[in-house]
Amino acid sequence: MGGDAAGPVPMEGHDFALWEKRVDALMALCSAKGHFTVDGLRRALEDMGEDAFENHSYYERWVAAINQNLIEAGLYTLEELGTRMQVVAARGRTYGDASGA
Amino acid sequence: MAMHQVHNRVRVRAIMPPGHVRVPAYLRGKTGVIERALGAFSNPEQLAYGLPADKTPLYRVRFTMQDIWGEQAESPIDTIDAEIFAHWLEELSDAP
Amino acid sequence: MPHDHHDLSPSGHPYRTDNDGPLTYWQQMEIALRELLIEKGILTAAEVSAQIDLMDSRSPANGAAVVARAWTDPDFKARLLDNAGDAAREMGFDIGVLHLIAVENTDMVHNLIVCTLCSCYPRNLLGLPPDWYKTRAYRSRAVREPRAVLAEFGITLPETVQLRVHDSTADMRYIVLPARPAGTEGLDEAALAQLVTRDSMIGTGLPRALE
Repeated sequence: MGGDAAGPVPMEGHDFALWEKRVDALMALCSAKGHFTVDGLRRALEDMGEDAFENHSYYERWVAAINQNLIEAGLYTLEELGTRMQVVAARGRTYGDASGA
Repeated sequence: MAMHQVHNRVRVRAIMPPGHVRVPAYLRGKTGVIERALGAFSNPEQLAYGLPADKTPLYRVRFTMQDIWGEQAESPIDTIDAEIFAHWLEELSDAP
Repeated sequence: MPHDHHDLSPSGHPYRTDNDGPLTYWQQMEIALRELLIEKGILTAAEVSAQIDLMDSRSPANGAAVVARAWTDPDFKARLLDNAGDAAREMGFDIGVLHLIAVENTDMVHNLIVCTLCSCYPRNLLGLPPDWYKTRAYRSRAVREPRAVLAEFGITLPETVQLRVHDSTADMRYIVLPARPAGTEGLDEAALAQLVTRDSMIGTGLPRALE
């Protein structure tokens, strides 16, 4: 990315949503506990390719990369994840309803 | 693995392996000067894959914009510093 | 001033609208994997909350205090330029294992920080980075045409000033020590800290001038 041609720097910003702060915290905690490293996160981010950078937000990419590393570390299985995501989605239509907090 | 001294001229290796490497593509094959030695850090090319990582010397290397972009440089006096691991640096001889 | 935000939350970022939109796929994933990690005893809900609180406590004000100390205490400034991480810890900031290098702006040199490979930032001192720092545009252009980028932030650098760009490619993080504004001889450390903006510590801004 360094050195590529690109347009003006977009100046708009946003404060972080609770789910984004939680993704950030999960990364910090899992790496501090030795389950994977920031380089593992970066490797998974890079492996997503250019389209992911354009089409998904920063913490969307992060949660995908964290999940990739946790699956590789064997902390839970894809079946467990899929089952739990289905349970979560059934709880409600907003993040607040579905996270139960 | 050669230890580099401050002010020595080095060239970043131009190899392009796939996978996680902390050497930006725009610096590969470019020549700079050791700005400071930073000590040894775990090799990110091993960490990224969950492998035991070797402690590897890390250096800050200073490049001029001219070194990197040639005549396209925005301002030849400006510089870029980057951290590069020892195994990506080749020492250049000052001898003719 | 393009970056003189006056409508910022305490985090240093603009306020956001309430998060009551439809649940997204990625939010489902965050909830699910967090719950699985808690159930398996890998972490606790309290640890997640405490980590969020810790990051929320980190903001540009911490860096501003470090800069103001360096402007008023030459011995501290020497320690900051020697090892910025230790200097920040000496002031009591909990920055974890952060390896921090301070780079000094002078009449002859202006410094600019970028991470072209991802979004490395001295987050354990300054909090989370602004969105623009993570954009393709900033990461691509800061090493190719940094003067043009600075101009978009309202800084026109004289040709005689050397611009040093620092690409955070590995284990170091960087903070710019901006030059102390003229006419501030009478200000104490706390008043000086009020002049130090987040962007002035990244190099895309300058400290506020006196009114």
